Amino acid sequence: MSESVPGLAPEVFAPVEAPVSPPQASEEVEFVQLLTPEGERVEHPDFAFDLDDEAIKGFYRDMTIVRRIDTEATALQRQGELGLWASLLGQEAAQIGSGRALNAKDMVFPTYREHGVAYCQGVDPLNLLGLFRGVDQGAWDPRDNNFHLYTIVIGAQTLHATGYAMGQQRDHAVGDPDTGEATIAYFGDGASSQGDVNEAFIYASVFNAPVVFFCQNNQWAISEPIDRQTRIPLYQRAAGFGFPGVRVDGNDVLATYAVTQQALKRAREGSGPTLVEAYTYRMGAHTTSDDPTKYRLSEDLEYWKLKDPIERVKAYLARSAGVGQDFFAEVEAEADQVAAELRRGCLAMPDPTMTDFFQHAYVDMPDELAVQRDQYAAYAASFGADSEGEG
Amino acid sequence: MTKISLGKGINKGLRAAMENDSKVLVMGEDIGKLGGVFRVTEGLQKDFGEDRVIDTPLAESGIIGTAVGLALRGYRPVCEIQFDGFVFPAYDQIINQVAKMHYRSMGKLRMPIVIRIPFGGGIGAVEHHSESPETLFAHVAGLKVVACGDPVDAYWMIQQAISSDDPVIFFEPKRRYHEKAELDESVPPAYPLHQAKVVREGTDATLFCYGPMVKTCLQAAEAAVEDGRDLEVVDLRTISPLDLRTIFDSVKKTRRAVVVHEAPYSLGPGSEIAARVTEECFYHLEAPVLRVTGYDTPYPPSRMEEEYLPDLDRVLDGVDRVMGY
Repeated sequence: MSESVPGLAPEVFAPVEAPVSPPQASEEVEFVQLLTPEGERVEHPDFAFDLDDEAIKGFYRDMTIVRRIDTEATALQRQGELGLWASLLGQEAAQIGSGRALNAKDMVFPTYREHGVAYCQGVDPLNLLGLFRGVDQGAWDPRDNNFHLYTIVIGAQTLHATGYAMGQQRDHAVGDPDTGEATIAYFGDGASSQGDVNEAFIYASVFNAPVVFFCQNNQWAISEPIDRQTRIPLYQRAAGFGFPGVRVDGNDVLATYAVTQQALKRAREGSGPTLVEAYTYRMGAHTTSDDPTKYRLSEDLEYWKLKDPIERVKAYLARSAGVGQDFFAEVEAEADQVAAELRRGCLAMPDPTMTDFFQHAYVDMPDELAVQRDQYAAYAASFGADSEGEG
Repeated sequence: MTKISLGKGINKGLRAAMENDSKVLVMGEDIGKLGGVFRVTEGLQKDFGEDRVIDTPLAESGIIGTAVGLALRGYRPVCEIQFDGFVFPAYDQIINQVAKMHYRSMGKLRMPIVIRIPFGGGIGAVEHHSESPETLFAHVAGLKVVACGDPVDAYWMIQQAISSDDPVIFFEPKRRYHEKAELDESVPPAYPLHQAKVVREGTDATLFCYGPMVKTCLQAAEAAVEDGRDLEVVDLRTISPLDLRTIFDSVKKTRRAVVVHEAPYSLGPGSEIAARVTEECFYHLEAPVLRVTGYDTPYPPSRMEEEYLPDLDRVLDGVDRVMGY
């Protein structure tokens, strides 16, 4: 084949080895793991989990609550209260582990599935629903929680994160691994194919920006499997851009915490970007609009259920840390409470007014738009006057 | 008072903005040591350093996408897109992110970003170097779109754009970069950013134009004097929002209007102006509002661009037609 390309020496086209297929359900992949699916703590030469069992109980609580939030939101969608929901089911460890590794001054740029990270950053779960209910496009103030608005356009936020990190550099907020600032960008395996993500890698690399690229490889971009996005493990792409990449068991909250913490430290101290590939699995649909039974095998799901991120922590806590049933029951009750509040809040969420939306198109509203706003208001009011007249 | 070119006007304006506000950054391709392919940023990196005058990788979406992040961090980035036809890789970031961030956040976030784009034809360039994509931006809510037409405006408008808390697409007429005028920096700007300017008073018909066509229209108005016609010329300066008041006032005075732009005929700024004038000034009009523009083809190879672009003769022909009713 290479000989048919004139002007190029055959060795330029040295045969590529057989495509590296993504691991099938029966295979194991190489990654950083500190807690096995059976709940056993294991060592890794480069990464260690340095918190105590109380912290692990906290992670268990966080994961249980965000799963409950997710279940409730899915139910709300099925009952017609949300137009759409993007479930995080199965990705709780990737999000809680990485989210809990953040410092107060670090900044998060999420995609639209980071409900667990939002929870870690203190965003009211109710605020996550507005976008999906169709009453707003992000009701929280990103500056209050250092958690940017959800970004729907795939991968766009990785550039925003890189730019923000360049701002942290210019503010001299980088240089100390403990007090320095870092930025983290979340994206999925599908987004890794986007130009913006690759441009973000280049910008981050050449400017040595303090940004961590956190890819949750959940194996599926709607119906397209990972082998439609890449022929090599995603974390290996980082080397081509000139910074380290590491793959972590995305269903292991201890490992995602340890790996993210180290990547953030590198960023904060001024050593530049890291790509973290959290190898996980999206247990549900991409969103409530698709039907995964049309595109993937039920055996795969059964296989991944055995790797459940919450069950393994529960097993560890119960068997090795002497945590009793009371604790688990308490967490369940708290999760139910959060879900009940979420449901109440969702149903009570007021519809916005068109006037608000005219108001926020510009900081400095053009006269012409003010005219349109007033025309709308007069038109809307005319219906009120009519119905009053008829009544 | 000094005589400066339009390109130098922008350069001095950028310099003034950077001196006044340490949060102003300039970023783009080749803008550092080279000073940009049109030398508009010449000398800025030497004086403000590589952290404020940033030579970026050759990736336009990256320029705008990182500017979004910098703006969220409190900076005021001024992005240079090297040529009009190269802006499209960044179009997604501009229309989906830059334009909508304030709206999506219900007013909590701001995008004080300026995107400078040299635009238009007439310099004998190869393809993709002579586009007039202003309508594509003017149609997007959240963006403000302006074009400077002379050196004094260039100096003030770039500073006004940088101080705008809304994102501004700043079109620079590349074939007018070397036009010169007297600039007195001590005289404050006569016009706010979003106001059109009557650059020549007249009574028989109004020529509406912006950017590179301002000079063409002024020349046409001078030439029309020989035919006994007294033309008014309005430099729109702002395409979104349009300064409708100035447009309507002029039409009510002259009762005839010709809109002149290099951008294609259909659905261009001329279409909007014609529609607005019809809606608001119907009983004042002696003739339909006419358009003298580029054609609805892709921009042609440069040997044909003189045929494609509105010139003195085509503008005067438009005037003949509008006077013929």
